[in-house]
Amino acid sequence: MSTTPTLDEPDVNGPDERGRFGDFGGRFMPEALMAALDELTAAWHEAMADEAFTAEFQRMLREYAGVPSLLYDATKLSERAGARILLKREDLNHTGAHKIRNVLGQALLTKRMGKTRMIAETGAGQHGVATATAAAYLGLDCTVYMGELDTERQALNVARMQLLGAEVIPVSSGSRTLKDAINEAIRDWVASVDRTAYCFGTAAGPHPFPAMVRDFCRGIGDEARAQCLELTGALPDSVVACVGGGSNAIGLFTAFLQDESVDVFGFEAGGDGVDTERHAATIWAGEVGVLHGARTYVLQDEDGQTVESHSISAGLDYPGVGPQHAHLAHIGRATYRPVTDTAAMDAMALLARTEGIIPAIESAHAVAGAMELARERPGSTILVNLSGRGDKDMGTAIEWFGLGQASSDGTPEPATEEQIAEGAK
Amino acid sequence: MTSTADAFARTREEGRAALVGYLPAGFPDVAGSIEAMRTMVDSGCDVIEVGLPYSDPVMDGPTIQAAAQRALEGGIRTRDVLRTVEAVAATGTPTVVMTYWNPVERYGVERFAADLAGAGGAGLITPDLTPDSGEEWIAAADSHDLDKIFLVAPSSTDERLRYTADACRGFVYATAVMGVTGARTSTSDLAGPLVARTRAVTDLPVGVGLGVSSGEQAAEVAAFADAVIVGSAFVRALLDAEDRSAGLKALAVLTEDLASGVRRG
Ligand SMILES: Cc1ncc(COP(=O)(O)O)c(C=O)c1O
Repeated sequence: MSTTPTLDEPDVNGPDERGRFGDFGGRFMPEALMAALDELTAAWHEAMADEAFTAEFQRMLREYAGVPSLLYDATKLSERAGARILLKREDLNHTGAHKIRNVLGQALLTKRMGKTRMIAETGAGQHGVATATAAAYLGLDCTVYMGELDTERQALNVARMQLLGAEVIPVSSGSRTLKDAINEAIRDWVASVDRTAYCFGTAAGPHPFPAMVRDFCRGIGDEARAQCLELTGALPDSVVACVGGGSNAIGLFTAFLQDESVDVFGFEAGGDGVDTERHAATIWAGEVGVLHGARTYVLQDEDGQTVESHSISAGLDYPGVGPQHAHLAHIGRATYRPVTDTAAMDAMALLARTEGIIPAIESAHAVAGAMELARERPGSTILVNLSGRGDKDMGTAIEWFGLGQASSDGTPEPATEEQIAEGAK
Repeated sequence: MTSTADAFARTREEGRAALVGYLPAGFPDVAGSIEAMRTMVDSGCDVIEVGLPYSDPVMDGPTIQAAAQRALEGGIRTRDVLRTVEAVAATGTPTVVMTYWNPVERYGVERFAADLAGAGGAGLITPDLTPDSGEEWIAAADSHDLDKIFLVAPSSTDERLRYTADACRGFVYATAVMGVTGARTSTSDLAGPLVARTRAVTDLPVGVGLGVSSGEQAAEVAAFADAVIVGSAFVRALLDAEDRSAGLKALAVLTEDLASGVRRG
């Protein structure tokens, strides 16, 4: 069995020529962008078939992004869980998350296409920071759209993008969050498509983004599969990832989809609980519709208006999901479950204290999911994508756990508003 | 139901372009939008486009976004949009709906087509549905005798122009600029060539939209297009007015200016 599939290896689960994964995906977009999407699709296919391109992509990942990331045998967490838990350490990548893989791929493709500017949407700012990083590294102009609410909540990431030379534009329309930032980026793209590439942040949106982003991220699973075989002599029993739009999850899953013995689990943001209206568990609770160019599961009301999602983790706070995940759920190849804010924050603290690793809150959803699976499948091997590190989430952790000030008896006390504001500066 | 074909037959006979006016339903509220659209009919619009407000309008600029948001905050439902169509179509002026795709899919494509036809609506303009993904809508429209108005853009290849125009009925909607809706001070130099390329592949009337805000611009566009489509400028007239009656007055004045423009072109 090949352990290092090439980037352009066809995937049995699609998409077809029209970008469909079964009934999902496709391209529901203004005609004005069709030529650009066709151009992008052709350029991506050509690039993936060009050894010089894939070699350069691999070189950048290796020499610049710190890839392949480690597969870490989390023995102390495993003891607590009653199952063997392996962590794919994407948190150790440059910029602190799996997202650097996608943006380096898209930035390299942008240059190949002769475009000079990248635009991106961002929620918490992670994809924006990654895009600004890749743009700086490859000498491209960069504009990042970010919901106004998010720019206020994530001032530190706004500053990082600005320091990297990107222009950050707050979006004040709609719910002033990620989905509106995507709308605004699409509007920019319609008007600037000649010189601009849209560096989409997840494996969702119109064809070719779901498949292209998957291909740029699939090294996660290709590496992890080989690393797991080397470490344990066998494949894992299950693979686990958090699912926002679905890039880190599909990046992990792809290598295992043909392995019948491996169960595939995605954990969505359950927010306050899926029995409340405040969650982002799109596959669990959503219904099939069209959002941002693809047919997929969508959190929507009776009239097809998009409903606002809620999650403590900004990176999972999206009312849609990548169409390949919708397809994998529909055909039963993967199982998607919700994890509440509380369970995720508990998992964040647990991983910090057992292993000395502070995960991103997104990734903490996957850890919480793995703990749940461990209870159901004691003694099994569970491979978890630790998609990012938690530095960006310290503000949330300070508030949630009441941290930030030391008192003379050593018990933590919450930081004051002023201290938090000072920190964000 | 009056069809857009009737309207275009008449304007062709009169040797002029048609004036197509857009407003979102439910802005400022359902009754207010009906009154506004009737004012546009009385003052010279040949076809009315009723916008179905949507939470994620990626083709719209700030003006129409703001109006759609107001309508959504006011609780507009899809059935209210159909009620609006019914009230406007009752004037005898052909009335089409402009909508992003998800609300139609959610309502049920066949059911939407049936209810739109039942309300006297003439057809649908679909800014984020191209014929590539439109099989279900095309079948439903054909079975209910509705117009299918797809968009073409300056970036469309000749092949896509032909493909899209072949799937259209009623007219072809040419987006004159690469960009979102919004009034612009000068007309785009991309519009003329796009209309010429579209005419080369279809006998259907070609309407030009995006950016027109004055009679003067309307006249410029009318010189080379079969219809001048105006949206944001109407919305702006309502947004900027001090109260409702001032808004209707401003709407009437703007419509008359545009209507005289399409007769000068
Ligand atoms: C660390 C991390 N993990 C996961 C996600 C969720 O995105 P996706 O579902 O595309 O992997 C994000 C998004 O910002 C992230 O920053």
